[in-house]
Amino acid sequence: MSGVRQTTRPVRSTRSTRPARRAPSAAPARRGPGVLVYALLVAVVVVSVFPLYWAVVVASRDGSAIGERVPPLVPGGHLLDNLRELVDTVDLWLALGNSLIVAGTVMVSNVVLATLAGFAFARLRFPGRNSLFLVVVGTAMMPTQLGVIPLYLVVGDLGWYGRLEAVIVPGLVSAFSVFWMRQACEEAVPVELVEAARSDGCSLPRTVWHVVVPLVRPQAAVLGMLSFLAAWNDFFWPLIVLDPNDTPTVQVALSRLASGYYTDYALLLTGVSVAAVPVVVLFLLLARHIVSGILRGAVRG
Amino acid sequence: MVLAWAARLAAPARRQRRVVLLARLDARATPLLFVAPFFVLFAVFGVFPLAYTAWISLHDWQLVNGDQGFVGLANYAALFTDPHFYNALGNTVSMLVLATVPQLFAGLGIAALLNRPLRTAVFWRAGVLLPNAVSVVAVTLVFAQLFGRDFGVANWVLDQLGVPPVDWQANRLAAHLAVAATVTWRWTGYNALLYLAAMQSVDQELYEAAELDGASRWRAFWAVTVPAIRPTIGFTAFSATVGGLQLFVEPQLFDVSGLGGIGGTDRQFQTITMYLYEKGFGVFDAGYAAAIAWVLALLCGGCVLVGLGLVRRLARRGRL
Repeated sequence: MSGVRQTTRPVRSTRSTRPARRAPSAAPARRGPGVLVYALLVAVVVVSVFPLYWAVVVASRDGSAIGERVPPLVPGGHLLDNLRELVDTVDLWLALGNSLIVAGTVMVSNVVLATLAGFAFARLRFPGRNSLFLVVVGTAMMPTQLGVIPLYLVVGDLGWYGRLEAVIVPGLVSAFSVFWMRQACEEAVPVELVEAARSDGCSLPRTVWHVVVPLVRPQAAVLGMLSFLAAWNDFFWPLIVLDPNDTPTVQVALSRLASGYYTDYALLLTGVSVAAVPVVVLFLLLARHIVSGILRGAVRG
Repeated sequence: MVLAWAARLAAPARRQRRVVLLARLDARATPLLFVAPFFVLFAVFGVFPLAYTAWISLHDWQLVNGDQGFVGLANYAALFTDPHFYNALGNTVSMLVLATVPQLFAGLGIAALLNRPLRTAVFWRAGVLLPNAVSVVAVTLVFAQLFGRDFGVANWVLDQLGVPPVDWQANRLAAHLAVAATVTWRWTGYNALLYLAAMQSVDQELYEAAELDGASRWRAFWAVTVPAIRPTIGFTAFSATVGGLQLFVEPQLFDVSGLGGIGGTDRQFQTITMYLYEKGFGVFDAGYAAAIAWVLALLCGGCVLVGLGLVRRLARRGRL
């Protein structure tokens, strides 16, 4: 292949203006991106980070900073004062605790239940497998909004108004999670390995525990992270069904902070920072796995 | 004595039979048990509400007082002559287009950048994905401030450029642009990573062939990369559309002045889902809200069918 490239190079080099192409021996360096690529990427990352940075800046100023003619762009020294005021204004600990309970439960149960179902769809034979899986795919996109009125009535019948169960139970396992873990099992669990375990007399639950779980651990971790984020960030349904005073999640508490005739922006963006920072830290810690998980899961998306 | 002896003789055979039975049960029933939790939850909290929505939409149903009697298609008839509904529909489509188009193009561009052999590739990828991890409520509240009328950063930047300030909340188009910017900011990086994944599985020989033909990198991108990742582009366009039809949090919280917000003083950025919320949980008209929900479901379903049709057509042409 490289021989072909070299024979054609003289013809092309007259047209090409890229300097790297003129050096025939430096084939790997030829593909190294230039300053422009990095500059563009820096711009993209700056745009990605700026709104969050700005929220922290305003959160660390006193309330008047937002009204200055030039918007504040460097942090001030009022973060602790604002935090104290925030804790006095809304029950931040209650909201954080509730969000943690909801997101934690949803994360664990999605991973467990979706691993079981995903493995069954990927590697087991049972009646109705294909049609049931079509149902999963078809519902992966079904939004909560559509059934929200009856869901509200169902939850009422169960006596769950204003209780965390109302948010947790409908989210215990999603079609997306099942789909995700099926992909993971298709990819990471060899059929032969399952058959070997089965013919050695290993029951299905034991097969899952000893064969499947170790193999799909990375994808399961990413799914757990995604489920946690989705539950932590959910707003529409908690807003409807939870009691903003007794059982607020962080998002509900935040939106309450924003509504009102007079909004203290420093306080509001302190709340935003408090809600966003744990998630961002978690994200940065797991970024490598999340990125590779999305890249891997997406290839046939 | 004899009986006990006989029992001991028979025991292994029985135990063996039991083991075989258990094994068969394990093979037959356990897979169903594995998928059962999902389907039970899905039936109770997914299918049933959807079907029940249809039933409610045929009734005069108050959220608090319950069923007030069967009214047939009256809710739908009212909906199709309701100017607020058409307003919400128009707003939704407008914001959908304003958010989806830049999202997809910027995502493609960023993916092309990320697809180069970068130093610290993980850093750039994570940086691009970061907006998607932050809660939509937090993001929206920040953007609502950035697009503030009096002290917003957006207006300050415009002022530096000599452009008069914009009342982002009051002006319909400006509000749509601001909400679309919020959505675009959240999703562009995610789409870029999906494109990147697809780009990495494009056959390198195609690029070598393009290079042999003297194609510039720009030409190769449009002639090789984009056609090769068309399924992924279709998938993202389709997800963005279905997601955009259900847009709620961004426009709802863009108007910070109240949770009972109707999308600005003149409903200039009220979406379909916001209208559903207003009807269902603002004035408790469950029947009417259910009718809105079903129309929204049909819109989404229509998009799904169009999407599937496109996929099938592409597959028939052998491009998938």
